[in-house]
Amino acid sequence: MDSIAQLFTDPATYRLLTIVILSIFLGIEVISRVPSVLHTPLMSGANAIHGVVIIGAIIVMGQAPSDDYLALTLGFLAVILGTLNVVGGFVVTDRMLEMFDKKKKKK
Amino acid sequence: MGNIVLPLSYLIGSVTFIIGLKMLSHPDSARRGNLVAAFGMTIAILATIFLFRDHEGNALGNYLWIFGGLIIGSIVGTLAAKKVQMTAMPEMVSLFNGMGGACAMLISVVEYHHNPSPATGTLIVIVLGMIIGTVSFAGSIIAWGKLNGKIKDKTIPAGQAINFLLFAGIVALAVAVIGGFSTAPALFYGILALAALYGILFVMPIGGADMPVVISLLNSFTGVAAAFGGFLYDNPVMLTGGILVGSAGTILTILMCKAMNRSLKNVLIGSFGGGAKAAASGGGDKQQGSYKEISMNDTAVLMAYASKVMIIPGYGLAVAQAQHACHELEKILEDKGVEVNYGIHPVAGRMPGHMNVLLAEADVPYEKLKEMEDANDEMGQTNVVLILGANDVVNPAAKDDPASPIYGMPILEVEKAEHVIVNKRSMKPGYAGIENELFFKPKTSMLFGDAKKVLQDLVSELKQV
Repeated sequence: MDSIAQLFTDPATYRLLTIVILSIFLGIEVISRVPSVLHTPLMSGANAIHGVVIIGAIIVMGQAPSDDYLALTLGFLAVILGTLNVVGGFVVTDRMLEMFDKKKKKK
Repeated sequence: MGNIVLPLSYLIGSVTFIIGLKMLSHPDSARRGNLVAAFGMTIAILATIFLFRDHEGNALGNYLWIFGGLIIGSIVGTLAAKKVQMTAMPEMVSLFNGMGGACAMLISVVEYHHNPSPATGTLIVIVLGMIIGTVSFAGSIIAWGKLNGKIKDKTIPAGQAINFLLFAGIVALAVAVIGGFSTAPALFYGILALAALYGILFVMPIGGADMPVVISLLNSFTGVAAAFGGFLYDNPVMLTGGILVGSAGTILTILMCKAMNRSLKNVLIGSFGGGAKAAASGGGDKQQGSYKEISMNDTAVLMAYASKVMIIPGYGLAVAQAQHACHELEKILEDKGVEVNYGIHPVAGRMPGHMNVLLAEADVPYEKLKEMEDANDEMGQTNVVLILGANDVVNPAAKDDPASPIYGMPILEVEKAEHVIVNKRSMKPGYAGIENELFFKPKTSMLFGDAKKVLQDLVSELKQV
């Protein structure tokens, strides 16, 4: 019970909680009506955005003690995987959407 | 100065993610939206690398490792994304999604390794982030394997019961770890193993045709896992980015289900395993009739003297990379005064919009691509329908067989046309694994072969007609 009350009394936690709730509504609002043609590119774009997890990987990597090889290795792997998610995600989305550009020029 | 720039960069990051997603949902602005989000991401990443300070004000170290990882990841990611075939894009997205999940998992593992008994709040965040990241990673890899055909659909006996037990096991272990009942690291890694198994078994029985929906769902899972990272580091951009994708991804998943006229529950639980059996026993007697083949020459003549032809592309066209050959056929028919249109089912191919993208690549004019409703309206005046490697989207069972697993899905009503010519490689059922009665109808003729080769032959036949 204490920990639940803490969600509202601790200013830092409360702030994060507010961000979470508002972001949920924002996410729903932003994606209200999407033509089905765009479902896949949108999914792919969202996929790239959650690659923001790379920031956590960078922090983990940057804070790893230089003699802790397990942390260094796993952190390094995390940075590579996170970057793959971000870079690959945005590039593949761009390639999908490139097709739409071409289509419009023909119009 | 640094302490202002970092939060500001994160704010810019969050705002570009919102604007980016918004722009991505409109055809005109979609491509720019993607770039906007990528721009914001770059700023957030660079700011983190150079300006992040921990509670004691220490900057990050290990720059060599960080940049090494970033460079390797960027090169491999760009090459993979640039090289991938148009047809293989959904599985690429799934793979990248898995990488994000694995990244979240690794972050939790390293944090736990640093400090196995942090404050309860932190521990909750670490454990939950690890569970969701792992499920997403394992599930995405299975989805990737299914889409590229490496993993076949399998129904596991009592799969749902096993999944429930696994889930209960994960919850129990998580409570034990978080509640501090045991500090043995084995428990933490036990959760990891169970979560991985759960991710695998969760996706395994779901039919390959439903993979886009599953990927979209796992996509929102990874978003939530990223958001837990945001809690962990008190990092607003990870939090907004993660939660946005979590909620937008969920909505998108539901929209995708709607496009197939199915509910999410139906996709996940009532997966094709049970349904297909019902269809096989219920409809076994009326299927397996005889079908007739048509020669290349006859097809060419039939099409050349038609006044209206509708081409219905499906996954077979994508696999054969036959979009250019298809455009050739369309041009030669138009030269002969035949009106050619394309009937595009919203879920034709392996992902929504797949066919539009493919045909646009071959420079097929936009106006020729008819959406399902318009195509069905025109079907009655169409002389010849040419189905290229599509199957489930034209299966009449979706309309008149309540036992069929695809019952209720809107289809292209090709039977309204005068002649139906079906190009397939064999009589094998489509991706949903169900028979198609259409092939046995008197109106229907089969034209077997690889879509690209058939189309090229058809073009050369037409030149002689």
